[in-house]
Amino acid sequence: MLEKLNEIEKAALESLAAIADEAALEAWRVANVGRSSPVMSVFSQMGALSKEERPLVGQRANQVKLALEAAFAEKQSALKQAALQQSLASERLDISLPGRPLRAGGLHPATQNLRRILAILAEMGFQVYTSREVESDEYNFQLLNIPPYHPAREMQDTFYIDTGASDEAERQVLRTHTSPGQIRAMRQFSAENPENPPEIRIALPGMVYRFEQITARSEVQFNQVEGLVVGKNITFGDLKGTLAEFVRRMFGRGAKTRFRASYFPFTEPSAEMDVECFVCGGKGCGVCKKSGWLEILGCGMVHPVVLQNGGYDPQKYTGFAFGMGPERQLMLRHKIEDIRYIWGNDLRFLEQFG
Amino acid sequence: MKLPISWINEFVDIKDLPVVEVARLLTSAGLEIDDIRFAGLPLPERDDHGFKVSGIAWEREKLVVAEIRAVEPHPNADRLTLCELFDGETVHSVLTGAPNLYPFKGQGKLPKPLKVAYAKEGATIYDGHAEGLVLTTLKRAKIRGVDSYSMVCSEKELGISDEHEGIIFLDDDAPAGMPLADYMGDAVLEISILPNQARNTSVLGIARELAALTGRALKKPTYELATSGAALTGLVKLEISTPELNPRFMLGLIRNVEIAPSPAWVQRRLRLCGIRAINNVVDATNYTMLEIGEPLHAFDYDVLAARTSGGKVVISTRAARPGEKLTTLDGVERNLTENNVLVCDARGALSLAGVMGGAESEVTASSHSILLEAAAWNFINIRKTANQHNLPSEASYRFSRGIHPALAEAGLKRCLYWMAQWSGGQIAPGIVDNYPLPPQPASVEICPSDIRRALGIEIPLEKVKDMLERLEFTCAWPPTSPDVGDSTSGDVGLRVTAPPIRLDIGAGVIGVADVMEEIARLYGYDNIPETRLADPLPPQRGNPALEAENRVRDSLARLGLQEIITYRMTAPEAENKLLPPGAPRPSLEYVTLANPIAPEKRVLRRSVLASALAIAEKNARQRESLALYEIGAVYIPQGKDLPLEPRRLAIVLNGKRYPAAWDAKVGVKLDFYDLKGILEALMTSLHLGVTYAPAEHPAFHPGKCAAALLGSTPLGVFGELHPQVAENYGFNTPLLAADFDLEAILAALPGGYPIEPVSEYPPILEDIAVIVDEALPADRVEALIRQTGGKLLESARLFDVFRGEQLGAGKKSLAYALVYRSPEGTLTDKDAAGIRSRIIKRLERELDAKLRG
Repeated sequence: MLEKLNEIEKAALESLAAIADEAALEAWRVANVGRSSPVMSVFSQMGALSKEERPLVGQRANQVKLALEAAFAEKQSALKQAALQQSLASERLDISLPGRPLRAGGLHPATQNLRRILAILAEMGFQVYTSREVESDEYNFQLLNIPPYHPAREMQDTFYIDTGASDEAERQVLRTHTSPGQIRAMRQFSAENPENPPEIRIALPGMVYRFEQITARSEVQFNQVEGLVVGKNITFGDLKGTLAEFVRRMFGRGAKTRFRASYFPFTEPSAEMDVECFVCGGKGCGVCKKSGWLEILGCGMVHPVVLQNGGYDPQKYTGFAFGMGPERQLMLRHKIEDIRYIWGNDLRFLEQFG
Repeated sequence: MKLPISWINEFVDIKDLPVVEVARLLTSAGLEIDDIRFAGLPLPERDDHGFKVSGIAWEREKLVVAEIRAVEPHPNADRLTLCELFDGETVHSVLTGAPNLYPFKGQGKLPKPLKVAYAKEGATIYDGHAEGLVLTTLKRAKIRGVDSYSMVCSEKELGISDEHEGIIFLDDDAPAGMPLADYMGDAVLEISILPNQARNTSVLGIARELAALTGRALKKPTYELATSGAALTGLVKLEISTPELNPRFMLGLIRNVEIAPSPAWVQRRLRLCGIRAINNVVDATNYTMLEIGEPLHAFDYDVLAARTSGGKVVISTRAARPGEKLTTLDGVERNLTENNVLVCDARGALSLAGVMGGAESEVTASSHSILLEAAAWNFINIRKTANQHNLPSEASYRFSRGIHPALAEAGLKRCLYWMAQWSGGQIAPGIVDNYPLPPQPASVEICPSDIRRALGIEIPLEKVKDMLERLEFTCAWPPTSPDVGDSTSGDVGLRVTAPPIRLDIGAGVIGVADVMEEIARLYGYDNIPETRLADPLPPQRGNPALEAENRVRDSLARLGLQEIITYRMTAPEAENKLLPPGAPRPSLEYVTLANPIAPEKRVLRRSVLASALAIAEKNARQRESLALYEIGAVYIPQGKDLPLEPRRLAIVLNGKRYPAAWDAKVGVKLDFYDLKGILEALMTSLHLGVTYAPAEHPAFHPGKCAAALLGSTPLGVFGELHPQVAENYGFNTPLLAADFDLEAILAALPGGYPIEPVSEYPPILEDIAVIVDEALPADRVEALIRQTGGKLLESARLFDVFRGEQLGAGKKSLAYALVYRSPEGTLTDKDAAGIRSRIIKRLERELDAKLRG
């Protein structure tokens, strides 16, 4: 009997080894560990055995049964694993196929750029001050020390509004710079305390307009960001230090600046600030036209007449102001050759900014 | 303004400085160099100088001064000549076709050799026959059987001017064999003159700046004149009617001039400056203007004397009379107005003062006596007149910036000097000078504290004095007395008076600022140290209006819309595309430009949506779906008052709801509810409880248009545009748009909002479907469900709208997913059933709804 059990075990394990699919395995299970399997029939024949044989055969039959069941479980797990492996192997994606596109929104590059500048200025204590775009000649020019027919008017080609006013001084204009906001801010703040007006540190962003033909290099509208600082101890050295620091934040800690004498009617002394070309690091390239420098902003100490017109006594207060063209910086930074892209709003252009 | 460096060099010795260093010095002091054109001098070796550079250097070995000793005919060509030419070493036979050599042809040995610019074999020059500037190198060739390997040059070939009609004749004293670069090599600086630098519109002005910047001596010209003959004073009388417009008028006389071409070097210089050479008299006025900065005008004295029939010539200046006319030098008859100032004699107008001379009294080839005018004019009046007649002349360029009247005398004398030199005339003694309104010299006191306050540095006043005197300011220490200077700082001031060459220095605190600029310029902006703001941080006010606007921008970008920014300038007909054909046109008032750049940009927009739709149209072919928004101002005129500039928000949607993918080809089109979803999400992000109501608007589809309301305040209108409006923009698929009043939205933004606690208890989920009349707006059903469900109904979401025969005609089924939940404990099914039955009862009773089984 023991002999027979050994044969049963051997035969069952041999047939199990040959099985390669779930259906055959199930058939094997029914045939080899099922109720009517050979090993189970040994249990039913136990009554015919001698008293001595019985425990030995019983023990052995039990062993065989457990061994076959264990072998079955092992085989079953192996088959599952093999099936999984096979299916994993067959489920191979072409990961090079493109992902499903989402409809991504975005801010206009001019907005993104303006925000970047204003964020840096805000950290330096410059609060944003916004004002109107259609201005009086008085605010756009006269209060900024540009009387009618002043030669400085030629520096800014102006759009005039048709209001029927013939006198240049009475005309409305599209602001040619955000500087009228300087007067509006100074007047607003000095009115709060005319005897001792508060210090000012503001940034004035916004759209300005110039009478130009629209070409790759010139636009009728563009943003400007001005800064205005007024206080009792503001010097040209402060102007240089503040702007150099702004430039280092904007273009990198290593950015170098250079100041040249210039003229603006509303500042004196006036200066142009150049920044070492951030494309070539000052070595000279196409962007800086081989000069190694980029003209970035105009600046100067606020003209006494402007302080006076704003309600700030030029004997007590000094200040500085600066103005820059964000879109010009945007163009330099991204090597955009044609300014018409900016307001052209071609999605193929806009979406590149993300 | 173009100036050759050789000329500047006559007044300040800068020969040792490289041209680009001169350009750098001037640029840093506010005289920006736009361009350097080399005509002979060596070009900079490195190209990192930062200036635009053009032109050629003349090779010293290959381009030299030479003399033509004889001009012989070419054996085989009438138009060519053979020159016997000596280049300082050898005699050559040089072939040329220059027409200005024909007169000398066949004369044998010339009594006086012609001095010319000679290019030897291998020299690189410009090709005189080519269009534009093309370099060429001289090679040996046979022309009509004659050997040719070198040439005599025209100005074009040397890069001096465009002149290629003939070869250059040099002055007789030019030494044969001298390298041409040494004899007349030059570089022309193109300088931008800032509006406050009228004093620098001349060679002398630029030289003065360079002298001041380098500490070198300024060599001022002499104004001594040798005179002869009868004095001018007895011959003319001067009358100025309005000194405010004409503060000074001077006249000088030169007799027996012989009108002829100016010396070669004078002509060359004028051409380098971009001015045509005419004759020795006219050239003298232009040369002096460039040299000293004073525009001058030459009259033919004999013409004026003839007009007075023997009496004294009376020159007067006055405003033009209405209807008066004058034919100016350019041959144009000008209609004059009262704000034009005229120079007249007894018979009438002679010239448009400070702008352009008249034709009748101009200098001609037969003039013998020249009456020379040097005057000062009101710069604003000159500017108005030049603009009015569209006459930007060299004279008005200078006068309109404010030329100091003192310059009239220097200019007059210098010009008489040059006229005498070049024309052989004799200067009459006596200059007639009528100077009714000399400007008061500006004078301010500068203290060390002023310098500290403005520039943040200490500069000893001795050094300031030295710097300012280099710019010809007069500086004086005030007489020592206890009340001089700033008593608080113990400052002793320096009394600084502006020189009689400039009108740009003001008085008082303005004058101090003006002088500070001069100190800073000469001290060097780069030498002023950078400092940090020491002043207290001013009030940090923020800008709530802009911050709120930016919240809307960010929300919409997050919702998948792309921001656009468009032109503010448009045309009414462009905005009318927002209306279907035949719809009544509203008579909108526009802010209209007096000087538009183009008819399609003649007004400021009233609609942001119209601008956005134009951009959608432009992009339609690029993308299968568009989702755009713009935030910006519109402009509402207020008559004489400044216009209103309220901000608006426009949204445009079109095309596929989902971007196409490679396995999802069929696209559902964006519709009304996509747009509404965006608006709902926007309003949620802004914490605004907005309601929606059907609306009518001519731009929109009558059945697919809604208004967004905040209480009773309309925030805007949105929906599907009228198909004919969509067609106006080239769309034949649903075009969705929103036009919102951003000011109304931002005005309603809450200052804060509470956050509800999140319940930890399990929800009970349930669906409910009711059948209602088709005409019943869905939001009434939902509102009633929510109202009845109260606090325990956490949410009610419409998940299906169904119409079908089984419901009956004119009916629809609305299915809602309800979530019941209590913040205080677990709800039982019984709790939920109670709420549900109350909801159903009210729906049945109030909305005539039937529960769908």
